[in-house]
Amino acid sequence: MEQIILFAPLVGAVLGGFGWKVMGEAAAQWLTTGLLFLAAILSWVVLLTFDPAAHENGYYTAEIFRFIQSGTLDTSWAIRVDRLTAIMLVVITSVSALVHLYSFGYMAHDENFPKTPYKARFFAYLSFFTFAMLMLVTADNLLQLFFGWEGVGVASYLLIGFYYKKPSANAAAIKAFVVNRVGDFGFLLGIFAIYLTFDSIQFADIFAAVPEISGDTMTFLWRDWSTVEVIAVLLFIGAMGKSAQLFLHTWLPDAMEGPTPVSALIHAATMVTAGVFLVCRMSPIMEFAPHATDFIVFLGATTAFVAATIGLVQNDIKRVIAYSTMSQLGYMFVAAGLGAYSVAMFHLFTHAFFKAMLFLGAGSVIHGMHHEQDMRNYGGLRHKLPKTFWAMMIGTLAITGVGIPLLYVGFPVGFAGFVSKDAIIESAYAGTAGGYAFWMLVIAALFTSFYSWRLMFLTFYGTPRGDKHTHEHAHESPAIMLAPLAILAVGAIFAGMVFYKPFFGNAKYVGQYFGVPYAEQGHDAGEAATDHAEGADTADVVIDAEDLADGDGTAEDAVVQGEDHSTAATHYAFDGAPGEGAIYVAHDNTTLDDAHEVPIWVKLAPFIAMLLGFGTAYVFYIRKPDLPRTLATHQAPVYNFLLNKWYFDELYDVVFVRPAKRLGKFLWRRGDGAVIDGTINGVAMGIIPTLTRFAGRAQSGYVFTYAFAMVIGIVVILTYFSITGGYE
Amino acid sequence: MDNLLSITTFIPAIAAAILALFLRGDDEAAQRNAKWLAMAATVMTFVVSLFILTGFDANDTGFQFVEDRDWIMGFNYKMGVDGISVLFVMLTTFLMPLVIASCWTVTTRVKEYMIAFLLLETLMLGVFMALDMVLFYLFFEAGLIPMFLIIGIWGGKDRIYASFKFFLYTFLGSVLMLVAMVGMYAAAGTTDIPTLMTFDFGTDGFSLFGMQIVGGAQTLLWLAFFASFAVKMPMWPVHTWLPDAHVQAPTAGSVVLAAILLKMGGYGFLRFSLPMFPVGSEVMAPLVLWLSAIAIVYTSLVALVQKDMKKLIAYSSVAHMGFVTMGIFTFNQQGLDGAIFQMLSHGFISGALFLCVGVIYDRMHTREIDAYGGLVNRMPAYALIFMFFTMANVGLPGTSGFVGEFLTLLAVFQVNTWVAVVATTGVIFSAAYALWLYRRVVMGDLIKESLKSITDMTPRERLIFAPLVAMTLLLGVYPSLVTDLIGPSVAVLVDQVETAQAAYEAATQMAQN
Repeated sequence: MEQIILFAPLVGAVLGGFGWKVMGEAAAQWLTTGLLFLAAILSWVVLLTFDPAAHENGYYTAEIFRFIQSGTLDTSWAIRVDRLTAIMLVVITSVSALVHLYSFGYMAHDENFPKTPYKARFFAYLSFFTFAMLMLVTADNLLQLFFGWEGVGVASYLLIGFYYKKPSANAAAIKAFVVNRVGDFGFLLGIFAIYLTFDSIQFADIFAAVPEISGDTMTFLWRDWSTVEVIAVLLFIGAMGKSAQLFLHTWLPDAMEGPTPVSALIHAATMVTAGVFLVCRMSPIMEFAPHATDFIVFLGATTAFVAATIGLVQNDIKRVIAYSTMSQLGYMFVAAGLGAYSVAMFHLFTHAFFKAMLFLGAGSVIHGMHHEQDMRNYGGLRHKLPKTFWAMMIGTLAITGVGIPLLYVGFPVGFAGFVSKDAIIESAYAGTAGGYAFWMLVIAALFTSFYSWRLMFLTFYGTPRGDKHTHEHAHESPAIMLAPLAILAVGAIFAGMVFYKPFFGNAKYVGQYFGVPYAEQGHDAGEAATDHAEGADTADVVIDAEDLADGDGTAEDAVVQGEDHSTAATHYAFDGAPGEGAIYVAHDNTTLDDAHEVPIWVKLAPFIAMLLGFGTAYVFYIRKPDLPRTLATHQAPVYNFLLNKWYFDELYDVVFVRPAKRLGKFLWRRGDGAVIDGTINGVAMGIIPTLTRFAGRAQSGYVFTYAFAMVIGIVVILTYFSITGGYE
Repeated sequence: MDNLLSITTFIPAIAAAILALFLRGDDEAAQRNAKWLAMAATVMTFVVSLFILTGFDANDTGFQFVEDRDWIMGFNYKMGVDGISVLFVMLTTFLMPLVIASCWTVTTRVKEYMIAFLLLETLMLGVFMALDMVLFYLFFEAGLIPMFLIIGIWGGKDRIYASFKFFLYTFLGSVLMLVAMVGMYAAAGTTDIPTLMTFDFGTDGFSLFGMQIVGGAQTLLWLAFFASFAVKMPMWPVHTWLPDAHVQAPTAGSVVLAAILLKMGGYGFLRFSLPMFPVGSEVMAPLVLWLSAIAIVYTSLVALVQKDMKKLIAYSSVAHMGFVTMGIFTFNQQGLDGAIFQMLSHGFISGALFLCVGVIYDRMHTREIDAYGGLVNRMPAYALIFMFFTMANVGLPGTSGFVGEFLTLLAVFQVNTWVAVVATTGVIFSAAYALWLYRRVVMGDLIKESLKSITDMTPRERLIFAPLVAMTLLLGVYPSLVTDLIGPSVAVLVDQVETAQAAYEAATQMAQN
């Protein structure tokens, strides 16, 4: 079954991409889409039926065939299925299938290609992307993961540059690929360091050996470092590139040059989350690298903040959502860096639904508005595009985190983003003791709410602005585009509530779900705020996951329900060794548990931030629409700073791009030309005049004949001896 | 089949002789005959060479199919292949029919052109098979002549300058090698390569012109060979002949040059430098590693600003060969496996890239990047093929370009992290220059008037690319095809080098105590 999930998209890509001339474009579209739906359905089957307790260490592997083998380096193409993989399978195939479907409508007519067929190519690229992404998440070694990693990079490159006639699209495509390569540079070095340390790049081998080497140092460049820290930082540099974290983020906004379905699939729901997936996948290493994870938390929080500030002032509807994606990825990294891997995956999971939905919704608006993307030319569209409006509304409610705070009925009640984002913010409070990351995320939540509502108000409320003709012809999208939105809406509303426990329950639920062993931590009745570090030492009861799976689920439910009331709570902590289960959380890492014990004001903080953001946006864009412009003129430096995205592009251009080209020119003209050739030609000066005379004759044919006679002579001699020389 | 290797080697030469002796006239029919005969000969060579591959036993790490005959002046005619050389033989026989097919549209001096390529094939095959030093030298040097002529006669505007630069660089390097060979013969009393591979050349340090020579005779001999192989590779800073040669060479000449001739340097390191002078290699390894790392960064940066397509790809070749030398001088399994893999893979990829340039050069007669743009609009098949090989050149996993890069970088990281970090930046630069080239040539709208009527690839052109695409993909997805074959021989070599180096280190330690 896993094989079908994995290879169905590849088959679709190959047959659709190369065979459309034979089968026709429509058939190619249906073929790729059909195969993707098949993969999606099977993925859900895998996610819902996968039982980590049934497999040793919570995963199973199916080998396909050998990959690179050289000395002790031994890798294969394989499918590793554990909970992380299963979650990613569902996210990837579901969003991909829906995006395929949506693209029937969105890509139906395209003025960029008046005569050339383009649909089959588009669908084949989408399917190829899906295949590469699946290879990434099913890898059982770093090499295959890197294959997928680069594969999605290429697919992204091809799709960003899909409108190949547009110079801006081509530039964006190259930028995406090259900036990602900067991350890959770190990733590759990380793989090399892992091989040097573990003599293997198989996950199972690495994880099992981490505790042994956790105290080792390695010489890297100018000094000795802790081995695990080096590896963790290098791998994270890779993640920064793919997941558009600060300093390596500049490609993501430009990537919006691609068709909108691409933005939804690749640059929101799946590819950009690969970095988060990598950090979670490598959790056994991360857990032993406290400095590296501190850095991850810091950078994630900063990214969440910076991206949100830029999102406040952007006018292109897709760019707003792009910065929002970057910001949300920062949230995920904060959770992952704190060791709350399941929470990071939770947000990844819910975010995939509502962000894909926002993008597809935006695509529907763009489609309806004849490819107008500037929100300043929108306005009042809720009457023209009512269904799209409601879809976007649900997406906005989800991303801004609308829910009923403090209500707990076995799970919190609210939209998907409310549940998962609050889980991260609470984890951030618990994990950093209310420090930098927590405040950055709360402020980012305020900004998120502001720019999301700004988007809604500018687009759907107020009076129509911009080209009158466009507005008159604005139309609702066809059903084939609205159906995916409806399905995603279900996810955006319910995903958080339904999957609350396995991702953000206590260590027991999470442990069961991810196949990680856990232990009870003593019964601290009435003392909810027990010192967990202390409790950790007393934990000795390992509860077999299988026992719990078939018996006392209901009783445990009651316990968990009671946790908010902090009475008779039983605490659990993860108790596995690295490699046991899909994620590894150190025994003394109690972030997940502590996150449930944060003060009430912390739980309310994101909600209040959300209300403030909404209120401000309401005042700015509904009540006093002149206010933003006044503010922009009065605070021009700040406004321009944000509008120009903190000037990262300009900075990089000055610091990296131009110097590289100048240096290249210098090395070519001076180095190759003057120094190397100059020296050697200078030495040869004596010979060259003679040569030129000789050369003059070379053309006449004499030398030619002469040389050939010589060569043939040699050959004849050789042949003669080889035949008559005989054996000794 | 006791003389399978000789048969393989000399089929092209015999065909060349037939052409030279019996084909008369320069009309269209004669040209066609010359091409078809050359094609038949190269295909036949390839078919015969398949027997070498199928008969080859990877687990036998010695030389196989050995032929040993008396030859002139007491030298032996000795041929044989092992795991290190057999795939270079296959690479040559595999590519030559494609090379011949790519010159189908040539109309000037076709007979001589074909003769040059056929002789070149014989000489190249000889290099990879020769097991006698003199024989090796002969093949190695004689190979210069046809290439020199191909550039000098069928080349572009500045062909004379380029061909002499090419000849001078490579020939001057080889003079030193010849001196070293004489010295080796004097020391060991034989020119037999397998014997020399196990011969202990002196490692006692001595003083020469006031300079202390660590590693003694081995280091000096190593340097002499290095002079020749480094130019052939070519390594920085003796690479400048390559861009000129490529730019002036006709398409088929560029393909052979990049795909096969450059591999002789790498092969030489593996056949001579490492096994014969392990200590000399160790002493000089840091130099090679740094030259390689510099080559990767330097030439990538230079490639970034090129205006001529062929020059860009030529500089990219130098960078890719940097991975090879780097891998070889890590002295570990991954490094050597990776280096050999990189050479084979580069044979397919750079060959294909030069063919890609050839396709549009044939149509527009210019290699200026600025003369193109928007080709995808009229040449979708070409755009696809060019994209594929651009990505392979960038080292995308799943193509063969990745495996060699990955293995050599992995290997060097274990030896020297500084070099590894510098060299790994190559993955960023290669993406930048390769995609930049692709964008300017293929992407964008087709505005230039001159390109409005350009036609897509012909069936003949597609047929040439098909096997290259297949090999690039196959080796990228299932590299064990190669590593299984070369692995055992490489393991023996690695072991031999390590043992010798360890013995030397132990001896120096003893001497110090």
